[in-house]
Amino acid sequence: MTTSLFQLLLLHSASLANKVFIQRDYSEGTVCKFQTKFPSELDSRIEKTLFEDTVKTLNNYYAEAEKIGGHSYLEGCLACITAYLIFLCMETRYEKVLKKISRYIQEQNEKIYAPRGLLITDPIERGMRVVSFHTMSPMTISNTSDSYGRIKRWTFL
Amino acid sequence: MSAVMLPRKVTRKWEKLPGKNTFCCDGRVMMARQKGVFYLTLFLIIGTCALFFAFECPYLAVHLSAAIPVFAVVLFLFVMAMLLRTSFSDPGVLPRALPEEANFIEMEIEAANGNIQAGQRPPPRIRNVQINNQIVKLKYCYTCKIFRPPRASHCSICDNCVDRFDHHCPWVGNCVGKRNYRYFYLFTLSLSLLTIYIFTFDIVHVALRSVDSGFLNALKETPGTVIEVLVCFFTLWSVVGLTGFHTYLISLNQTTNEDIKGSWSGKNRVQNPYSHKNIMKNCCEVLCGPTYPSVLDRRGVMAEDSLSSTPSPPTSDVVATKSNPVTPNTKTTAPLIPNEHTPDEAKPSIAAAAQKTTKEEKVSSPRDSGPKVSPAPIVVKESAH
Repeated sequence: MTTSLFQLLLLHSASLANKVFIQRDYSEGTVCKFQTKFPSELDSRIEKTLFEDTVKTLNNYYAEAEKIGGHSYLEGCLACITAYLIFLCMETRYEKVLKKISRYIQEQNEKIYAPRGLLITDPIERGMRVVSFHTMSPMTISNTSDSYGRIKRWTFL
Repeated sequence: MSAVMLPRKVTRKWEKLPGKNTFCCDGRVMMARQKGVFYLTLFLIIGTCALFFAFECPYLAVHLSAAIPVFAVVLFLFVMAMLLRTSFSDPGVLPRALPEEANFIEMEIEAANGNIQAGQRPPPRIRNVQINNQIVKLKYCYTCKIFRPPRASHCSICDNCVDRFDHHCPWVGNCVGKRNYRYFYLFTLSLSLLTIYIFTFDIVHVALRSVDSGFLNALKETPGTVIEVLVCFFTLWSVVGLTGFHTYLISLNQTTNEDIKGSWSGKNRVQNPYSHKNIMKNCCEVLCGPTYPSVLDRRGVMAEDSLSSTPSPPTSDVVATKSNPVTPNTKTTAPLIPNEHTPDEAKPSIAAAAQKTTKEEKVSSPRDSGPKVSPAPIVVKESAH
């Protein structure tokens, strides 16, 4: 079998499957960043620019959360002095950004993806490994993940 | 007619998580299964400090300074806080791939492998990524069904992939990974200080008493001091040595796992792509970096419909992987899976005579035996100190 036939079969089976996974981009190390390469399976469903905007915005949010600078040093030192007990009453910067991401994804789903019959899953639901796009069915609307609620749950340990 | 309303028991996700962790406080606390050595650590620290407060502190507070016991209390509380935080928190466990994600990855692998002839072994599942101009190989975890992110490793004791895996520490009863490494380091550092502090003031105490009543009488008056000195003496060598070792690792931005495997050492090896080549920057990143969230949802409530379907996929996976013999195929050289990060010069042409993958081959794919070997020497190393 030739490579091109294999690729055709892969595309065919992917279009039958209802999920597409955008993998992590490790070119800059272990920081959380997703690949902006437009997957061919979404070709007919969403415009490339909209997809790239979404992924780039997500990448910017994660970069903001993981930025090592004055704010993170201050947070780290203050937390160390209090033996990290301060996190019982204070939210970490990362958690604040995760909430922003959750709201952003919800907004994107409502405005852009749901009208096109797609749904994005918050990466935190998948261990921050992938951003998954899947086709909506009536059941998925009611089963949308509550990543915002998950971030609000006990996160001290 | 009255209807009896039974309280509905909520099932939280931690109850159905695969892996060999134990959970307490309804999923808030997460530890390894074997906790015996952790209890020993607690006993040694609390016991020695109790003896110190009982024997040394009253005498020294009167004869030297009241600040001595106060500082000892602060240091003791800090040590306990760091120990408990290291032991009870999620080290950075990566959740296993759900069936759809696992299938998607399998399809990608099959497409990259091409045709595999019957009887031939499939190539090892490796993905090349370029990180800061260095090629790093990402291995596939057959248990978790994911390509491990860089610096992640599978802990065989806890049966989880842990991000930025350092080592599994039986003394704290948990893995040490991305999320709890700094607490582990602060624990060893503060324990070193506490041990030195107690040891020093034991000597001072005995010296002061000896001036009054002679050495042997001093020892008879404070038998607790003898025990403390013994414990501190042996602890000192191991803990101070460990702190020194981890300080060295932090300054180079390396993990114990990478150091033991020799990932970045040697002439032909890749240089550490994660190091900032600056000691201060490396230290700041590891110790003052962002506090990463746990990506393992322990406290989420399981949906009613997923309760009936959840047991089958993980158990069938577990049965499949557990019953497979580990066949060594690590020495097979095979075409690597190219992706967008593979530099053009490194992309091999996909061999025409590639191997055919059968279903039996997939099921009996060997578990990656590499990482399982590494925790064992680390455990030996810890206890040998």
